[in-house]
Amino acid sequence: MRLLYFAWLRTRIGKAEETVEPPREVVTVAALVEWLKGRGPNFAEALKNAKLVRVAVNREYVTWDHPVAPGDEVALFPPVTGG
Amino acid sequence: MIRVQREDFDVGAELNKLGEGNLRVGGIVSFVGLVRDVAGGEKITAMTLEHYPAMTEKALADIEAEARRRWPLEACLIIHRFGRLEPGDRIVLVATSSAHRDAAFESCHFLIDWLKTRAPFWKLEETPDGERWVEAQASDDRAAQRWSEE
Repeated sequence: MRLLYFAWLRTRIGKAEETVEPPREVVTVAALVEWLKGRGPNFAEALKNAKLVRVAVNREYVTWDHPVAPGDEVALFPPVTGG
Repeated sequence: MIRVQREDFDVGAELNKLGEGNLRVGGIVSFVGLVRDVAGGEKITAMTLEHYPAMTEKALADIEAEARRRWPLEACLIIHRFGRLEPGDRIVLVATSSAHRDAAFESCHFLIDWLKTRAPFWKLEETPDGERWVEAQASDDRAAQRWSEE
């Protein structure tokens, strides 16, 4: 599974992207975020406020109950501020 | 049409192209977003726009498709820049053309409102005190919500 981080999620986590193999029980976005929070203080800090984390799976915005699977591209980022 | 680019754009040339060769166009409406030198009472010296390259064009194309579904448009153009910009620089151009002005005005307004809450861009401001990420504004969410279809 390919993970991408943008804006302050990227700077707080300390990297722009990585490839991970979460345990088999991680089958939703919510479970993935919980698992990520256990990977270190940088992840716990960056992801502590769920209201400020938006998610896209395979380049489509999704809600936290959306499924994730090996091979997916999952992007985590703050609310967008373009325009 | 969608363009995501680092380079500046020529507003006049883009608007000319939007009407050229199509005599059904009765009017063109445009919005140009610029970098300001102040935000929240603080001086801004520059702004860097980060985006999600693999997703940006598709997200903007989805917004264009929604505008075309709602209004009878002859043409629709969104140009959004990324990279480091300075006060006065152009960030975004949204332009629509239609047979009649109401469709052009409304769809242009809709596009910039939706783009602000749906296009995967993030702004990093440089101030004399350091850098800070721009926070999403509740007012932008409300502006986008006025276009929700009940």
